[in-house]
Amino acid sequence: MSKYIVKRLIMLIPVLIGVTFLVYFILSMSPGDTATMIAGEGAEAETIEAIRKEYGLDQPVIAQYGKYMWNLLRGDMGRSYLTKRDVFTTIAGAFPNTAKLAFWSILVAVAIALPIGIISATRQYSMVDNVGMVAALLGVATPNFWLGLMLIILFSLKLGWLPSGGMNGWQSYIMPAITLGTGDAALITRMTRSSMLEVVRQDYIRTARAKGVPEKAVIRKHALKNALIPVVTVIGLQFGGLLGGATLTETIFAWPGVGRLLVDSIKSKDTPMVLGGVIMLTITFSVINLLVDILYAFIDPRIKAQYR
Amino acid sequence: MEAAKINGAVQEGGAVKRRGQAGEIWRRLKKNKMAMAGLAVLVLLILVSIFADVLFDYNEIVIKQDTSIRLQGPSGAHWLGTDEFGRDILARLVHGSRVSLSVGVIAVSISLVIGGALGAIAGFYGGKTDNLIMRFIDILLAVPSLLLSITIVSALGPSIFNLMLAIGVSSVPSYARIVRASVLTVKDQEYVEAARCIGANNFEIIVSHIIPNCMAPIIVQVSLKVASAILSTSGLSFLGLGIKAPTPEWGAMLSGGRAYLRNAPHLTLFPGLAIIITILALNLLGDGLRDALDPKLKK
Repeated sequence: MSKYIVKRLIMLIPVLIGVTFLVYFILSMSPGDTATMIAGEGAEAETIEAIRKEYGLDQPVIAQYGKYMWNLLRGDMGRSYLTKRDVFTTIAGAFPNTAKLAFWSILVAVAIALPIGIISATRQYSMVDNVGMVAALLGVATPNFWLGLMLIILFSLKLGWLPSGGMNGWQSYIMPAITLGTGDAALITRMTRSSMLEVVRQDYIRTARAKGVPEKAVIRKHALKNALIPVVTVIGLQFGGLLGGATLTETIFAWPGVGRLLVDSIKSKDTPMVLGGVIMLTITFSVINLLVDILYAFIDPRIKAQYR
Repeated sequence: MEAAKINGAVQEGGAVKRRGQAGEIWRRLKKNKMAMAGLAVLVLLILVSIFADVLFDYNEIVIKQDTSIRLQGPSGAHWLGTDEFGRDILARLVHGSRVSLSVGVIAVSISLVIGGALGAIAGFYGGKTDNLIMRFIDILLAVPSLLLSITIVSALGPSIFNLMLAIGVSSVPSYARIVRASVLTVKDQEYVEAARCIGANNFEIIVSHIIPNCMAPIIVQVSLKVASAILSTSGLSFLGLGIKAPTPEWGAMLSGGRAYLRNAPHLTLFPGLAIIITILALNLLGDGLRDALDPKLKK
């Protein structure tokens, strides 16, 4: 098992190099002069030249990239072109905010999705199933930035119950978490339902029923445990996505997280900040995927046996 | 000569069979009420976007500003009200369907061509080629697709074409993986071997034998991906990285309405509903197609 984990972590290195190179290359194509942008409007030509030298912007892209990676190896992610603040500190400051929001969002999603998915599957074509599936379809089709705006109109502007943005107190979590959670809930509900439907038709479920196990125990102990694997995968992937920063939702609710930081940095061509963010994202996403794979082993002893 | 004749006969036979298959799929699809509803809505949307100019004049109604009637709610004269520049929202939504649908379709075509080619080559040749291509795909996959689109658009500058390209490139990995997986399952089939025996080269085999036989998952993916491309387009426009004013685009209209949430919520409400209806229709059709193309999956 530990061998497998180490192997997966080592595989992350080439991916990281590729991702940073790709992003560096794309950003270097953007129009406008970076040195002029750092110097600010109305700066003199000499100042701009000095900045160009100082940041190494007069060198070819590949040399700049090489220098960046060399510094990265020594643990230096550089400074923001815009705020001049240390990239690592800035991202480390924004990440907990994104993580907290991601946690509450996925909690909302699972709390909605699992019960509806299970009931839909155990009572296929019932009222609950039909309503649940229509709601899930609507959830997938609704752009979350639109849902966010509608919640703001209703709960902030009309009723005045909740703050429309920022991160002050538990009230400010409610709308962003619902905005993000309902979209994910739709996917998880559909996955739970189809996975459960597959399992409840298996022979071992019939056997359990035949030997007189109460229906509740059949569902909980026999069906759910076997149906959970694909569901856990989806939950894990969604959570990984959320940790990557919900760009649009964070923008709407003025949430001080990684998603908004990244969009602002991309828009202002703040290359070190964008690269730092992308590196953080890639690592988070890969680690979450790895954790999901490890989690399988705990849910399913058959998979655990393969690692031995 | 003889080989060409046989080859022709084989292909003719294939065409007959394919027509039969299409008929069978259509018969199964027709039974699915939800999918047919999705298809009906989609056909209606396509017709509306084709005849948008007949319904509303672009210069006179869609982009002409008239501040005397700005921010009006729905009424007999303006069914869905007017926006902050006094433009009819319904007219803008109708013309916006053109933008959204075409961006969706072209973006998906871009990713289908690039991703499909990469996936087909990787799956068909295997070995080092496969490894190289799939590692590149892994790199693309490691960056969230919306973020990749944002990076590309902001690097190339906001325009309709760059938007299509950005969204197209960011969904290349999913097609590459699907096509590769499908190619792997069909490449050892007997009909591929037969084609090779009668002297078909690799390119011919991929284009006329392998690709047609892995169409099912690709068709399903296309219908679902057009939906997510439309969502991404509106998301990017919402962030100010999409299509520039005064071109009517649903996401940009939604974003424009943000400043008037309190007094004129209809500015954001209706474009959102237009997006939801379109995505819903595409998803219903996609789900229906999946069931129709692969009866094994249908419960």
